[in-house]
Amino acid sequence: MENRQTYTVSIYTENKLGILNRISGIFLRRHINIESMNISKSEIKSVSRFTLLVKVTEEQIKKIIGQIEKQVEVIKAYYHTDEDTIYQESCLFKLSSQSLIANDEIQTIINSSKSRIININKDFFVLEKSGTKEEIEELYHTLDKHGIMQFVRSGRIAITKDEMKISTLLLENN
Amino acid sequence: MTTKTQTQSNGASKQKLHISGAEAVVKCLLEEGADLIYGYPGGAIMPVYDELYKYEDKINHVLTRHEQGATHAAQGFARATGKVGVAIATSGPGATNLITGIADAQIDSTPLVCITGQVASHLLGSDAFQETDIVGISTPVTKWNYQITKASEIPEIFAKAFYIAKSGRPGPVLIDITKDAQFEMFDFEYEKCTSVRSYKAKPDVSLDKVKEAAELINSAKKPMIVFGQGVILGQAEEEFKAFIEKANIPSAWTILGLSALPTAHELNVGMVGMHGNYAPNVLTNQCDLLIAVGMRFDDRVTGDLNRYAKQAKVIHFEIDPAEIDKNVKADVAVLGDVKQTLADILPLINKNSREAWLNEFAELDKIEYEKVQKEDLYPTKDGLTMAEVLKEINIASGGDAIIVSDVGQHQMFACRYAKFNKTKSNITSGGLGTMGFALPASIGAKMGMPDREVVMIAGDGGYQMNIQELGTILQTKAAVKIVVLNNEFLGMVRQWQQLFFDRRYASTEMTNPDFVAIAKGYSIDAKKVTKREDLASSVKEMMDSKDAYFLEVCVEKENNVFPMIPTGASVSDIRLE
Repeated sequence: MENRQTYTVSIYTENKLGILNRISGIFLRRHINIESMNISKSEIKSVSRFTLLVKVTEEQIKKIIGQIEKQVEVIKAYYHTDEDTIYQESCLFKLSSQSLIANDEIQTIINSSKSRIININKDFFVLEKSGTKEEIEELYHTLDKHGIMQFVRSGRIAITKDEMKISTLLLENN
Repeated sequence: MTTKTQTQSNGASKQKLHISGAEAVVKCLLEEGADLIYGYPGGAIMPVYDELYKYEDKINHVLTRHEQGATHAAQGFARATGKVGVAIATSGPGATNLITGIADAQIDSTPLVCITGQVASHLLGSDAFQETDIVGISTPVTKWNYQITKASEIPEIFAKAFYIAKSGRPGPVLIDITKDAQFEMFDFEYEKCTSVRSYKAKPDVSLDKVKEAAELINSAKKPMIVFGQGVILGQAEEEFKAFIEKANIPSAWTILGLSALPTAHELNVGMVGMHGNYAPNVLTNQCDLLIAVGMRFDDRVTGDLNRYAKQAKVIHFEIDPAEIDKNVKADVAVLGDVKQTLADILPLINKNSREAWLNEFAELDKIEYEKVQKEDLYPTKDGLTMAEVLKEINIASGGDAIIVSDVGQHQMFACRYAKFNKTKSNITSGGLGTMGFALPASIGAKMGMPDREVVMIAGDGGYQMNIQELGTILQTKAAVKIVVLNNEFLGMVRQWQQLFFDRRYASTEMTNPDFVAIAKGYSIDAKKVTKREDLASSVKEMMDSKDAYFLEVCVEKENNVFPMIPTGASVSDIRLE
């Protein structure tokens, strides 16, 4: 059996209702768990960009891309390995303000992890960190012993090193 | 009420109609030439039905007896005519009843536009009476779907729906319209859709790939073609015939490819797959080049993929890029509409006689005839066989009938033994295997092609799954010839139980009603045949009738369909007994 590996899937779609349902259904039918998903505006007006992270074989991802591209409102889908992309995740930690005041170590962690405080009051403060999955996990483990009140992380967002010629494609399809 | 307004655009006068959303739906259908549609009314679609009443001189709406019947009838119409079939239903249960037909159309690439009513937009998501999320439910089984909440969206969405349904690889589209959008008045203008920005109906043809394919064909000693419905959908029957005849390539068909090439054509070597013919299945694993034309390597065709044509190079002519390498890896993928790609390749291929290779098919055909077909067609036992009924229908129709089969043993017998002279003549539920398909589909086929003989063939099980559509025949007078091959069993399941479940016939034996009395109850002439000596005359009587006719043939209870490739076996392990 071919090895599974992490692929980032980039999908450019028309910004229309229902397309998320169609795309997620393609993975659901094949029992493939989506590790993370981010949907945002793209560089083109009225075109959305989905960024998904899945762990599959190369043969599987090729077939899935074919099925995704069949969807009427999908303009183009790509898959990339980690080496092909520059990627980031973002996360927020909510911690007790008391721990910040009483503990010098947290200040050190904030500085060394290149995270930043984005909100603070007498009860809690919120720390934001962007980075790779591994960097965020490392920060989580470091802060865990100080009592994390809430934690949330985003899906991966990624930019490819190579060009994706969506604008050209859109012109060709018109 | 319809009013007219004048607008100026680019100096030209253009007339706009101020009409309701419901009237706009009817106008859109007329713009797309959909003047024969199937459906069932209900609360959430009543404004559209009210307009259909007004336009009944322009649009023939056929009231089926169940919404499932409406989709299958629309499928039968689409498959027989090559046009887009239309089905209409109300919200909630009306809409969900369409789903089986939509799923069937999706897997068999049948162009449908299904229209459903929906609760008023302010009630959406509130679990209102007869509200279901039909857009969500139908998403996995539609090529495209959309919910309209404003009347002004109707023209653009309908134009897009028809374009998507029929272009490229066809498929079903669903449009859900809220009741308030049906009542809303707006200025109607219609423009047909010719492109959608994110959707490319046909991939670009690569002439390099066409040349590569031609080189492989020219150097092959034992090439073999498997063709599917793509030939019919692409209206490429003539191009296909010219292609195979120039290179003399034996050509086998998938269940949906049947009738694209006349049965009697000397290069037609039969059906591939689970109950296909012996020669093309066995020789799939001996050919040196397998040429797939407009087919998708369904698991019923390939059997075990690890033992499917491993010795052969593969060329795949296909309109849908997602089908390339999906099941069988192609050495050369020729993307595009086969009407174009087959025309492109014709001048590049060499003439070739391939006599020895064709003789290999003929030799295996003889084995199949001796071991299977002879007894099927000319039984030595008393009981009537399904194949001999088909033989009599062939004699009476001369191979010119449209055969609409249901799903089960009779379907396999129909596909194996029916003779076809003309394309678009075999209508059956291939990919989904939907029992209950044939009766409504045959109504659609007959109404779409009134000048052709339409013979429906069903088993006693599938016939009863949509038997209520006899009422549609009563009302429309669609002159469908209904043949029920009654073995008092769910025959195909029983065959599997016999072969693979140690004859444990769990819930497959059927106690049936008096089918003749039921048909007569719907004012349909009917007859029951139990003896061989009555078969030919009864079939002839049925075929001579100008009206609908019901013929029940009591066939052997435990007759099996052979050849057979058991699930998971290789195509060359096909069993003859």
